[in-house]
Formats: sequence, C-alpha cells, structure tokens
Amino acid sequence: MHELSVTESILNIALKHAEQAEAKRVTDLHLVIGRLSSLIDDSIQFYWDMISENTICQGATLHFERVPAKMVCMDCGKEYTLDGDLTPCPACHGNHVRVLSGDQFWLDSLEIEK
Amino acid sequence: MTTTTSRVTVVEKIFSANDQIAALNRSLLDEHHILSINLMASPGAGKTSFILSTIQAVAHDTRVGVVEGDTAPVTIDADKITAVGMPAVQINTGGDCHLDAVMLRGGLQQLPLNEIDLLVVENVGNLICPAAFNLGTHLNVLIASIPEGDDKPYKYPAIYRGVDVLIINKIDLKPYVRFNMDYFRQGVEMLNPGVTTFPISCTTREGVDEWVNWLKVRVAQAKGR
Repeated sequence: MHELSVTESILNIALKHAEQAEAKRVTDLHLVIGRLSSLIDDSIQFYWDMISENTICQGATLHFERVPAKMVCMDCGKEYTLDGDLTPCPACHGNHVRVLSGDQFWLDSLEIEK
Repeated sequence: MTTTTSRVTVVEKIFSANDQIAALNRSLLDEHHILSINLMASPGAGKTSFILSTIQAVAHDTRVGVVEGDTAPVTIDADKITAVGMPAVQINTGGDCHLDAVMLRGGLQQLPLNEIDLLVVENVGNLICPAAFNLGTHLNVLIASIPEGDDKPYKYPAIYRGVDVLIINKIDLKPYVRFNMDYFRQGVEMLNPGVTTFPISCTTREGVDEWVNWLKVRVAQAKGR
C-alpha cells in the first residue's frame, strides 16, 4: 500500500509533538490501528528506520496496538465488535451489517528523553 | 545534566494533515457550487470511457472539468478530455499509488473553477490505496467492470465499504464472461447495504441515461447551495 507516505506523516506528527515537549530524543511511539486498516506494521517499521535517521526519532521503537472494528446490524440493530474477518450479525445472523469504525489510525503517545 | 524520560500524549490521526487539506478542497468546491466526484476503479475498468460517456450525455447544459491522476508523466487521459472541449489537468503522482488531498489542491488551482458545474477526479487505477485518502470531494464513485470478476467486493472490502455510488461497467460483455451477478451483489450488500448502483455499458450506452439523470439532480442541488 502507501506505507511510505503514511510513515512520513507519523514522523511529522511525532517531531512536532516532541519539539513542543522539548525532547532531546524520542524512544518509543505508541500507534493505534483499526482491525480493518490494511496498513502493514513491518512495512511501516522498515520505512521508519530509513526516514527517522538523523532526527531525534532515530532508533525509536514503534508499538502497534490493533483495536477491534465496531459493527452494527442494519436488520436488528445489534452492535458488535469484530476482531478478525467480516462475519454476519451474531444475534440474527443477517448479512446487512455496516462498519461503524475499524480503519482508524492514530499516534497515541510518545516516550521521550529530556 | 541528567536525562529524564516522560510520556507525551499525542492522540493525533495519522491522516490529519491530509484531512485538513481535504476540508479546504471541499470549501473551495462549495464556494464555486461545483459537484465533485472521486472516481475510483482498477486499471482498465473504463474510468476514462465512463467520463467521456458522461460528458457526452450532459455537455449540452453542464460544464464538466476533469482531474486525471496517473502514476506516470503521460497526458493520454487528459488529452481525451480536452479533445471533447472540456478543461482537464493531469496530475502525475510520481509513482504514488493514489491521489491525496494536496495533489488535488494543485489540480484545482489549474482549473477555471468559475466555469465548471461538475468536477470528476479520476483517481489512480487501484482498488486499495485511493480508499484511504479523503480528497474533499462530495461523492465517492467506484466502477466495477464485468471482466474483473465477481469476487472483487470480497477481495477489496475497504473500497466497496466507502463508496456512495457503484457503477457496474461493461455489462455488454456479460454473455462472454463468467460473472455471477448475485454473488457479486451479495458481497456488495454485506459491505455497503443499499448502495446506489448503476449497471451500464459505455459501448452500447445501456444504463448511461439512468446514471446521468441521477447525477444531474445532484449537480442542480450543488448549484443551488
């Protein structure tokens, strides 16, 4: 996919917040990623090691927390979470289900040295 | 001097920079009362033919502008649009797999927005990446085409989930290709219940009027905004 441009965004956001916090070095980044996002952790890590070089983020470890997707059944209204492949509604077994959330991706926090 | 470690809370969406530019694109389009479409499909699904068929059907009373996204520095698609008298700009993504809001912003600056009622943004031919980048356009339209096969909703769920309109193109080829329409539609229904769908053929023009009539209502609404 487009992991390089995504990784550049992660670096920009991390640098901005690290500078605001007057960090000398960033050691860890905690990222939260939805179950339905197709981004690949290993690929982001690969680009990260390249583009963070010579910044205060160099050598920082990326931690990915995958969060389940939230679904709602259009037939019976049941809301449920999804931790793997798409499945029918667990209550009525209907296929009319809509995704409420699942492809989100955000930088949750940084660990820094001052 | 001692080193202290601490944790900084960020909670910022990775796509936030793109989303901010997308919001600017949307305001710019709204200021000019333009209805805008982000047209997505795999390579060869008929995106440019679909745009040309649409232009042909609306050109007597609707001014169309086109932004063509391509990964290589070619103007093949834009040339086809300008040949029928409509303004088009080509954006070369430099190998990137999708258009993003910043690239579209560059494209919008090159178009005579005061002279456009309908803007069609032809995204890079790809069923994966374009789904992740909000451009600020009003409608996400996906073209599926019969020769691609009936399993695509199952294999590319993200793009099917996020579209407002689904075009099923090349229906004139159905007699020659193994394509189970029920299986295809069942996959779509699971991902995007009740999505507005138009089966069409740009070759025979079957179904084009239904799509264009639907579209013209939206263009008129955008004009009155």
